[in-house]
Amino acid sequence: MADHHDDLPKFNHPASTTMLFVVFGSLIVLTILTVATSAFWPTSGLPQALAFPAAMVIASIKAFLVCAFFMHMWWDKGFNILVFFSSAFFVVLFVGLTLLDTTHYQDTIDNFPRNEAPQPLD
Amino acid sequence: MATADAHNEHDDHHHDHGEFIAHHFDGGAEQQFDSGKLGIWLFLVTEVLFFSGLFVAYTLYRNHHPEIFDQAHVFLDKYLGGLNTIVLLFSSLTMALAVRAAQLGRNKNCGTYILITMVCAAMFLGVKAVEYSHKWDMGILVTSGFDLTYDAPKLMNVGGIELSKYLVWLSAVPAVLLVGFVVASIVGLLTARPNMSKFMLGLAVTVGGYFLGAAVGHIYMEAKHAAEHDAAHAAIISPMADSIQPVALLLEDDEHKEGDHTGEEHKAGEHGEGEHADGHGASDGHDHADHGPMVYDAHHPDPEKLSRDVGIFFSIYYCMTGLHAIHIIAGIAALAWVYWRCILGHWRTDYFGPVDYVGLYWHLVDLIWIYLFPLLYLID
Repeated sequence: MADHHDDLPKFNHPASTTMLFVVFGSLIVLTILTVATSAFWPTSGLPQALAFPAAMVIASIKAFLVCAFFMHMWWDKGFNILVFFSSAFFVVLFVGLTLLDTTHYQDTIDNFPRNEAPQPLD
Repeated sequence: MATADAHNEHDDHHHDHGEFIAHHFDGGAEQQFDSGKLGIWLFLVTEVLFFSGLFVAYTLYRNHHPEIFDQAHVFLDKYLGGLNTIVLLFSSLTMALAVRAAQLGRNKNCGTYILITMVCAAMFLGVKAVEYSHKWDMGILVTSGFDLTYDAPKLMNVGGIELSKYLVWLSAVPAVLLVGFVVASIVGLLTARPNMSKFMLGLAVTVGGYFLGAAVGHIYMEAKHAAEHDAAHAAIISPMADSIQPVALLLEDDEHKEGDHTGEEHKAGEHGEGEHADGHGASDGHDHADHGPMVYDAHHPDPEKLSRDVGIFFSIYYCMTGLHAIHIIAGIAALAWVYWRCILGHWRTDYFGPVDYVGLYWHLVDLIWIYLFPLLYLID
């Protein structure tokens, strides 16, 4: 999809403006979609448990568009892509290990003495 | 996704070392570009890991207390957040266009796109400043500073407009910068340094973007408050009202226990989404229908822990969005450097790496916001 300019060095691949505008338009549509989804989901009858995954799927589609086209990853070297996505591996590892362990300390949290006075509630 | 790039042919490579191609790159411009590119990708990896700690904190707390996220996020305005998302996406577009212009050696176009990108970045910060100051007015700080018994929002009269004191103080730094850049631009003009003058003018316009964002955010908040105020008077319960009452009503009541401020704080739209409560207490003599006896609808299993828990949500919110805002500021600094080199006409078809690298950083900042927005603003 990149423009071809024969007079440019081999490593220089300007993106086509049409593509950039199409990607931008898609990102805006997805942004509006995710706001609309969050507004209408509670009354739509769809399972509430799916609202969060749906929002994350939309965010990930947006992230893909930004990475692939704005960041030119589609045309980048495989090694650079591997390097970048190694970070995603560690993020998944950190979050995943945290989730495995979350309930273990709940009692400690619940019984932790509170040092602030209770708020008067009238 | 690998491309023809991966098959570098060095035989037909031209070895003219231009002004900015370092002599230690035997492979010339291409080797220098590829080295820099790998370097910036490695840097972006550290950035992702930098933010991952906060995402872990978020995951942990949301997993423990999903109900708190349901209650706390109503203090965030999804439309202001959405506006900021669109501003950042647009700045990503202009950044990509700037990279393209640099790749084609069009320095003037590149400078224009970089300037638009910087203005959008500053505008994002302006909207953010309105959001932050609005929360501080409501007594919403990090956990240890969370204060539900907050006093009246501290307003300051600036040129006849009532503004949050916090917003005024936040805007003091950009105001000083604006004056400084304008003066520097004029000095540059007077001392026959056109490049410096143009650069400083660009920075002044960038700071102007902050005030544009702050103005848009402030006007939006006022309009929203006015609409909610009307709705409360008409006893119309908006579709959102049900979900936002519990915490908001507690705030309303604590505020009005102070008793002596009934009007002024409403002018600047200082209230949370709970403003259009369900109208009980309308007969208590004030001109608002929304601050009668507080009815706490205990969604929270332990009301005494409410302020602590909502406070923890906002600790996470301030850390995540604050770190992101720091990245925006750093991005503006990096973009300013690129803008300066656009003015000097440095970019050529075989030397555009710095624009590309700063662009990748800028897109990453956008990428992180793409996740922060639904995680913080769109919890329903």
